[in-house]
Amino acid sequence: MAAETARSWHEIVQQTLKRNEITLVPYVPDRVLTPLIKNLHADPYFNVFSTAREEEAVGIVAGAWMGGMRGAVLMQTSGFATLANVLASLVVPSQIPLVMFVSERGTLGEFNIGQSLVCRTMRPVLDSLAMEHHTCTRLDEFEFITDRSIKQAIATQAPVALILSPLLTGGSKKLDK
Amino acid sequence: MNTSPARNTKVMNRFDLTSRLVAKLKNEEAVVGGIGNTNFDLWATGQRAQNFYMLGSMGLAFPIALGVALAQPKRRVIALEGDGSLLMQLGCLSTIATLKPKNLAMVVMDNGVYQITGSQPTPAAASADLIGIALASGLTNSSWAADEEDFERLIEQSLVSDGPMLIGVRIDDKPGTGNTRRDPVQIRERFMQGLGVR
Repeated sequence: MAAETARSWHEIVQQTLKRNEITLVPYVPDRVLTPLIKNLHADPYFNVFSTAREEEAVGIVAGAWMGGMRGAVLMQTSGFATLANVLASLVVPSQIPLVMFVSERGTLGEFNIGQSLVCRTMRPVLDSLAMEHHTCTRLDEFEFITDRSIKQAIATQAPVALILSPLLTGGSKKLDK
Repeated sequence: MNTSPARNTKVMNRFDLTSRLVAKLKNEEAVVGGIGNTNFDLWATGQRAQNFYMLGSMGLAFPIALGVALAQPKRRVIALEGDGSLLMQLGCLSTIATLKPKNLAMVVMDNGVYQITGSQPTPAAASADLIGIALASGLTNSSWAADEEDFERLIEQSLVSDGPMLIGVRIDDKPGTGNTRRDPVQIRERFMQGLGVR
């Protein structure tokens, strides 16, 4: 394998968003997403801002898509848990290629039972709507999964959730102490 | 018994106001109708290709319109939302106030009830002032329309303003007059064609 400076997961997200001309990135933050959010804010290519709720961010990205601008929403697991209504009543039936990056909390050493129970609701909701989703665990696969998933979402006009496992991101640093 | 705070605003009609609004649109402005009656009445004013009718996702008319406004900064975008719907998503007022889109106007149709489910009062009906909430959220150009003439004046202003504008209207408890065809893909595709994206 050719020598290549190892890129972090968040650099891969940033570059892949650019390659796919995704400029609009509303988010509700997560500790794990902090370096990504910080770098997106620092990059003038992106229009990145926080919203009060995740479904608000989904509405914004849906509207932007209809207006010809591509977007992606960043959130954590508990934020995804607030989205069943908007996914089932707007995104899926309208065939909007919503791209979501979900920092997976509540697994692999979680200390908060609230987080761990919420985490268990995520994949059943995605599966019940037959939504494409991938759990990203390996850095060497991450760019392939992300780039291909975004392209497929747009080409097939279907939403996709990219779940960022602690195996990829390192998870919450709090657990290392 | 009406326990609402005293107001000097006239109680108007949603379909009449929506008709007055649409009559002012000459530049293919986008209009996003919220869930239920707001989009039923928008539908009843004639199915412009630049209209989007929300069939679910209660509370997202303003966020969807914000997305359209960000994507197409040269096009004016108007969102129509009910008071009960807005109560579900008050945080979006802060987001819009922070982003300050120059081309976004919002109308909140306030009858104090969830008309479509049997006219139960909203939790805000007897206590809260939605324009006061919008002002406190940072949307400094927010006001109640005193009557139909004042509404038309505010709409005209919103079509040339250089910042987001929110107009509150008190309306009666009449149901919507139209019957939006519930075909989300057709609605979305037609809207995108109307916006020149397809």
